[in-house]
Amino acid sequence: MFNKKNLYRMGLILLTVIVLAILNSVLGKYQVRILNLAGIYIVLGLSLNLINGFTGLFSLGHAGFMAIGAYTSALLTMSAVQKQANFFVQPIVPWLANIELGFLPAMMIGGIVSAIIGALLAAPILRLKDDYLAIATLGFGEIIRVIFTNTQSLTNGALGLKGLTRFTNVPYSWGIALLTIIFMFSLRRSSYGKAFMAIREDEIAAEAMGIDLFKHKLLAFTIGSFFAGVGGALLAHLMGTIDPLMFRFLMTFNILLIVVLGGIGSISGTVISAIIVTVSMEALRFLDSAINLGFVVIPSVPGMRMVLFSMLLMLVILFYQHGLMGRDEITLDTLGGFFGKFKKKEA
Amino acid sequence: MTILRTDHITMKFGGLTAVSDLNLEIPENGIVGLIGPNGAGKTTVFNMITGVYAPTTGNIVFDKKDITGIKSHLITKSGIARTFQNIRLFKDLTVLDNVMIANHLRLKSNIISSVLRTPDYRAKEDHILKKSLLLLEEVGLIEYKDDKASSLPYGKQRKLEIARALATEPKLLLLDEPAAGMNPQESIELMEFVKEIRGKFDLSILMIEHHMQVIMGVCEKIYVLDYGVNIAEGNPYEIQNNPKVIEAYLGVDE
Ligand SMILES: Nc1ncnc2c1ncn2[C@@H]1O[C@H](COP(=O)(O)OP(=O)(O)O)[C@@H](O)[C@H]1O
Ligand SMILES: [Mg+2]
Repeated sequence: MFNKKNLYRMGLILLTVIVLAILNSVLGKYQVRILNLAGIYIVLGLSLNLINGFTGLFSLGHAGFMAIGAYTSALLTMSAVQKQANFFVQPIVPWLANIELGFLPAMMIGGIVSAIIGALLAAPILRLKDDYLAIATLGFGEIIRVIFTNTQSLTNGALGLKGLTRFTNVPYSWGIALLTIIFMFSLRRSSYGKAFMAIREDEIAAEAMGIDLFKHKLLAFTIGSFFAGVGGALLAHLMGTIDPLMFRFLMTFNILLIVVLGGIGSISGTVISAIIVTVSMEALRFLDSAINLGFVVIPSVPGMRMVLFSMLLMLVILFYQHGLMGRDEITLDTLGGFFGKFKKKEA
Repeated sequence: MTILRTDHITMKFGGLTAVSDLNLEIPENGIVGLIGPNGAGKTTVFNMITGVYAPTTGNIVFDKKDITGIKSHLITKSGIARTFQNIRLFKDLTVLDNVMIANHLRLKSNIISSVLRTPDYRAKEDHILKKSLLLLEEVGLIEYKDDKASSLPYGKQRKLEIARALATEPKLLLLDEPAAGMNPQESIELMEFVKEIRGKFDLSILMIEHHMQVIMGVCEKIYVLDYGVNIAEGNPYEIQNNPKVIEAYLGVDE
């Protein structure tokens, strides 16, 4: 039974890999970019879902941790020459000037630095409840962004970093996405995952069951920040350019949108919603021309897309709080029964 | 042998003294009752013992160790478990998960080996699973193991809360109005259940209860609180015949 289930899981992963490989080879450059974005948003959505959905910590600082991962990894993959070209206002700090690492180690370090800073920032405020925690974490995102804007010799300030090698491809983005999905399922099934959910359900009862609230909240926040950093690193090396403005609250909002639409707490919901939101964000690009990709320029009302998505978010929160999946999952059983028959079941 | 002793504990909330200068002694393996009218400070006593509040003054000694002001989760770890007056289950999780979570505090695996599911972690998880199933079997909830906790009927939810507390492996169990909302038949069953688990799990029990039948039937010793003050203590017979108690509590309740 156990082995059979594992076999199915392997099959499912293999199938996904094959589909991705086919998509990767038949799709055009622009569509592959969207495919990459979808993979990245899965990582980002799941990382916020861990903090928000599993553990019930209402965090709004995600963009800040993405920024840390993005900048850390970018500064590590850039060559000395690239750095010199970028830092023309003020030279880069000497200890960073000559470091050049591969993409994967740079990405991991990006995640780790983000995790460490996440832990340091979160430690003093984890005692706060819901709305207060949300406000404090909202502050994080902005503080990190403002610091990045003003540390010229470290981050190149408002100018940002340009000309990053576009390392992010489908094997990277979706490879990490798949690993993140597996990690999240495994975490949730574990004793720690259950402890996180216990905290979400009832803090007082969780503590009475001997769960160290501080330790577990910090753990969830740190892991979430790690994945946010990794997602940021992937995004940076997909875009090729990063600057502090990229990591405004709007970025957090997009990820929050994914988590809420998917059903706060559901892994498969977050994954599906990440794909849907990424694709529709692109498909609806004609609604505004605020961000010009260099393909077409249609003069329209900038921000129309966000208005649409904000309205969607409001509708979901008002009328359909469970989102796509509630806290349920698509399991092997439900997959077996084709799409129409949604026999929802906890994984 | 005394398992828990409170030494002149007082709890003040601003100007209100919820509990005043209380001395409790709970003998090992005993079942002790804590009664009094609504607002007398009974739940506050539980909150002090379990570290939800630190007493304003006074000390609490459990198992020969001073536990005054220690964090709640550490008190649970040291061997005191409780239930809540207003049931606090993990509503959205299954009955089995509710009980399994109560084992987390004694899990000696870090998060990395848990997520990687190392053989060592799997052995521990397997042990917890077996133990939890056995516990559910013993308390008669095994048939509901995969149901959401919130879907259980009220009486069963109370029982699950007790089972969950037992899963933390306590030496002292605190029950806050376990028979609240139960009919007389259920109350009698609960009484038997409390006696049964005391023996089976080698427990000492302190219970708050309004059902006099339950309290008188199961407790060996009773403390009476009124406006935070301990107005009487003794065995059920002494309490029932204490004029102060009749005036403050029994008279009002009947
Ligand atoms: N956290 C608190 N803050 C302020 N007052 C409280 C708090 N907890 C309890 N009280 C007050 O202490 C008194 C005793 O409450 P409680 O212990 O819940 O009574 P009981 O359990 O005997 O019904 C009540 O007057 C209650 O309002
Ligand atoms: Mg009470």
